[in-house]
Amino acid sequence: MKADPAGVLTGVHYLDGDFACGEGAMAAGCRFVAGYPITPSTEVVERISRRFPMMGGTFIQMEDELASMAAVTGGVWTGTKCMTVTSGPGFSLMMENIGLAAMMETPCVVVNVQRGGPSTGLPTMVGQGDMMQARWGSHGDYELIALSPQSPQEAFDLTIVAFNLAEVWRVPVMFMMDECVGHMTEKVVIPPSDEIDIVPRVLSDKAPGDYLPYEVNGRPVPEFVRVGDGYRFHTTGLTHDERGYPVMSVECQEDSVHRIINKIRLNANDIVRYDEENVDGADVVVVAYGITARVTRMAIDMARTEGVKVGFLRLIVVWPFPEDRIREIASSTKAFVVPEINYGQMVLEVERCAAGKAPAILVPHGGGGVHDPAVICQAIVEAAK
Amino acid sequence: MSTPPNTPLPEEHPIAPYLRMDRMPHIWCPTCGIGTVVKCFATALEETQLDLDKVTIVSGIGCTGRVAGYMNLDAFHTTHGRAIPFATGIKLGRPELEVVVFSGDGDLTGIGGNHFIHAARRNMDLLVILVNNFIYGMTGGQNAPTTPTTARSSTMPFGNFERPFNLPHLAASCGATFVSRWTCLHIRRLTKCIRTALGRKGFRFIEVIAPCSTLYSRLNRLGSGLDLIKFYHDNSEIRHGADTRELEIGYQDSFVCGNFVDEERPTFLDLMNAHYEEVLGDRYVRMPPEGGWIHE
Repeated sequence: MKADPAGVLTGVHYLDGDFACGEGAMAAGCRFVAGYPITPSTEVVERISRRFPMMGGTFIQMEDELASMAAVTGGVWTGTKCMTVTSGPGFSLMMENIGLAAMMETPCVVVNVQRGGPSTGLPTMVGQGDMMQARWGSHGDYELIALSPQSPQEAFDLTIVAFNLAEVWRVPVMFMMDECVGHMTEKVVIPPSDEIDIVPRVLSDKAPGDYLPYEVNGRPVPEFVRVGDGYRFHTTGLTHDERGYPVMSVECQEDSVHRIINKIRLNANDIVRYDEENVDGADVVVVAYGITARVTRMAIDMARTEGVKVGFLRLIVVWPFPEDRIREIASSTKAFVVPEINYGQMVLEVERCAAGKAPAILVPHGGGGVHDPAVICQAIVEAAK
Repeated sequence: MSTPPNTPLPEEHPIAPYLRMDRMPHIWCPTCGIGTVVKCFATALEETQLDLDKVTIVSGIGCTGRVAGYMNLDAFHTTHGRAIPFATGIKLGRPELEVVVFSGDGDLTGIGGNHFIHAARRNMDLLVILVNNFIYGMTGGQNAPTTPTTARSSTMPFGNFERPFNLPHLAASCGATFVSRWTCLHIRRLTKCIRTALGRKGFRFIEVIAPCSTLYSRLNRLGSGLDLIKFYHDNSEIRHGADTRELEIGYQDSFVCGNFVDEERPTFLDLMNAHYEEVLGDRYVRMPPEGGWIHE
């Protein structure tokens, strides 16, 4: 379906990434946001709290991030599209209920405007150190989806994609911004609402007596209903059967947990998203995401003037990781170069998928700023030798 | 001759329609106090004649945290301590629903204590039924924020030296508009209390004192759960409207029950709607009672 015009601020704007993300959420149909203030993410909810009252949305500032994520998980079951927004320290607190959302198969969006860490780290300065936490941060085995925008325009566009992916796959979607993208102000074009595609909440048309909350019948995800519509359903964070009833058995664990993993793993090629340029025949392929992708472009231009054949793969959907594509490229390139604002996170995935066919060379940055393009360029030139 | 195990009962239990009978037997120990609280809740639902499709129950983790799973309502068994914020999301997402939080003392006021005080402060429109058995039951009898001073628990084997919460006072001082305490043997009074609370709005808090027959009772050599139920009942004095500062519970001491607070004050949603209508006028679009969902 097309977007609800009430949430779409059609026009050409000059917005920072945080505001653009907020606009993307409202355009996507998000009408409930629970959050707790944390730099550098706060502008997202400031934007939303100013505009929500005019479109039937409710914002509540909760007492902490534990509560924010719990309120969002509860809110989703009313049929309302929900989101919360945070940065590293708050992201850590949200992990508990992100796991609940994964287990209950609750579609929602969690925005993390990353700053330097660990702990309180660099509250006002950039980092990309939460990429593995986004994937593995809650306990137990599960899969989810994560995206990383490189610009305010993408903060708008991909927030809508995040809501749509959440709805299709019934997972929490991590929206992994970074402080630079969040605080960078650029042109953002918001199209008319009838040009924005929205995946609505699809409800089961089964009668209450025939409905089982976690019955899949061969589909990747179960049918949804809303609380308050007479289904009298039960859901739990415990391992559960099709009825949503707790079952403490090896068999039920295998059936239910393997399914919520496989719904993403087996469909990863429908979910992954990346941009690539000049990858075929490249001596070196750079893999980057978020603000580092922007810096990388300059480094690639510099390396090309030195005669290196450089390809570029920019991760847009970060999780699930584009395993198949990296595997293919690994057999034709000399090396991967992976700059990121951490001491080696997504590079581990590149290395895993390359499986020894091509080295994955990390260009780390501890956070608080972006790479000097010359440093990335140097790594590319070295790798090409 | 003993009865074969699968012989149907001659008559259905009066509250069976309110329960998920396909989940019986429940996990609670013999002479646990939680069951009678469930019975009182179900009876109150029946007496109020509320549309049960519009009543939702949310629990956290623990023995009382299992109540949601046994009620024949839309039911959510959530994470430890987070039933109140989870319920808040449901209430704000679909304001027409009656949202009930049913959980234990450790869940709601230990790990979930911050959410408890803030939901009371906001006067969030939730009915919170808290079963207080003075201990963490499911994990094996560890010390709780409600364990009376000197009582033994598995992590205070030489007796608890901390001071416990006075829960009605905590709730009232944070802004709860309805505050009561009963024991699980005050069947008629507790049922009436729940029924009254279901007819009110705002943050409504009912503490129910109940025995943990397996752990608290055994660790303190207090006899069977039934002995303890009777002890609590017989040593409670009913004093409606009592000053909540005087409601502390000492170890095996007498304590006060009753209805302490019953006030009408605007809820979070009342305040939000009134405020935005005042400052934004016609520009304010209220979330519809059936929720802010966007569908085809």
